[in-house]
Amino acid sequence: MNGIHDMGGLHGFGAVEVEADEPVFHARWEGRVYAMTQQLDTRGVYSLDEHRHEIELMGTPSYLLDGYYGRWLFAMERILDRKGILTRAEVDLRLSEIGADALAPTRPDREARHWPLAPEELTPWGAWRRDRDADIVPKFAVGDRVRVRNLHPEGHTRLTAYIRGKVGTVSIVNAQAWVLPDTRAHNRGENLQPVYNVDFPADEVWGPQAEPNVTVKVDLMEDYLEREV
Amino acid sequence: MAHDHHHDHHHDGHSHGHEELERPWQAVRTEAVESLLADLGIIDPARVDEIVRYYEEKVGPKTGARVVAKAWTDPEFKARLLANGLEACAELGIGGPETEYLHVVENTPEVHNVIVCTLCSCYPWTVLGLPPAWYKSSAYRSRMVREPRRLLAEMGLPLQDDVRIQVWDSVSEIRYLVLPERPAGTDGLTEEQLIEIVSRDSMIGVAKLPVQDQGSQS
Repeated sequence: MNGIHDMGGLHGFGAVEVEADEPVFHARWEGRVYAMTQQLDTRGVYSLDEHRHEIELMGTPSYLLDGYYGRWLFAMERILDRKGILTRAEVDLRLSEIGADALAPTRPDREARHWPLAPEELTPWGAWRRDRDADIVPKFAVGDRVRVRNLHPEGHTRLTAYIRGKVGTVSIVNAQAWVLPDTRAHNRGENLQPVYNVDFPADEVWGPQAEPNVTVKVDLMEDYLEREV
Repeated sequence: MAHDHHHDHHHDGHSHGHEELERPWQAVRTEAVESLLADLGIIDPARVDEIVRYYEEKVGPKTGARVVAKAWTDPEFKARLLANGLEACAELGIGGPETEYLHVVENTPEVHNVIVCTLCSCYPWTVLGLPPAWYKSSAYRSRMVREPRRLLAEMGLPLQDDVRIQVWDSVSEIRYLVLPERPAGTDGLTEEQLIEIVSRDSMIGVAKLPVQDQGSQS
């Protein structure tokens, strides 16, 4: 989807602020959110692509203000709610009980939820299906000229906006079986395919505002590309 | 789309009711979610502790520095590293579930590589740990693909126009690590000493390593 998360080329964000002696996590809750997400992902509760797409659905002001791990928390809560694993009402109740220093918060009813997930509901971890590599026959080779398809899907994609319609040259063929994020994010299958790194001369992308002697190298799924004739 | 959109963004709805809380709303909200998921047996808080400690204490830029120092001192290892990053890292006991495939890209006097992810903040966690805040910032993500010369100069790395800049927008599940140039003045250093001079920023590509004064090398 076209949204604020797709930041390549945007103006107006100012200087990059570098923090000296930065901690790994700036607050305890950031580490908790990170580690909980990793546990839920590796256990197949939700995939990386669902996680990213949920973040894309945040409103623009929240996306910019909530911070990196704030986005992760948002995604976790919404996905768990949508899947019936933990509802927003339960989180709000627990929140009010924490705020009131309740000694014995309401115990969640283990039966009243979609848990545990059935095996077919679990998302296999990772994006590379190495056991399926033999099925992959790349359409493009190193040196091929390719044009990025001009696609604007409403759902999830990793096809960044700033290179849509642009012509580049394949520089790396990752001829392994990679999950297509566009379909897995919506539980519509893995659609295994190669990932290409494609070189775009800066002036192909940025026109007269391009800097000299710059190549932008973007990783792209095979479905995002067509042969340039 | 299958997603429902009827919930407002959560903190729009609750922030007014919890202004009495002294901690940031996200800290309290995280505690609520974690305690519920733990009550239900969906997550294991002890495992959460372990993962947090792993990223705080066990993995970080020092891991990548070991890879770089080895590549500088062992040409055969370097060749294997450039051919298949993760397989070569595994020779050093480096690996983990977070990175599935790694390309190592070599900086030279003629070609400078720098890594960004414009769509989120993809980063080679297995070799560099978690990314710094600036790598995740809107400014870095928006600007590095469009004006890398200007941004690198602002970040302290001016490059001449005859140096080709390659900006890797790592938006797939393939990860990238920059192999920085070995600086002058390091011929006499051991691999262990070399590890100490490799900075995180040089492995992202926003810095070069400074010439070392061997006389004062500690």
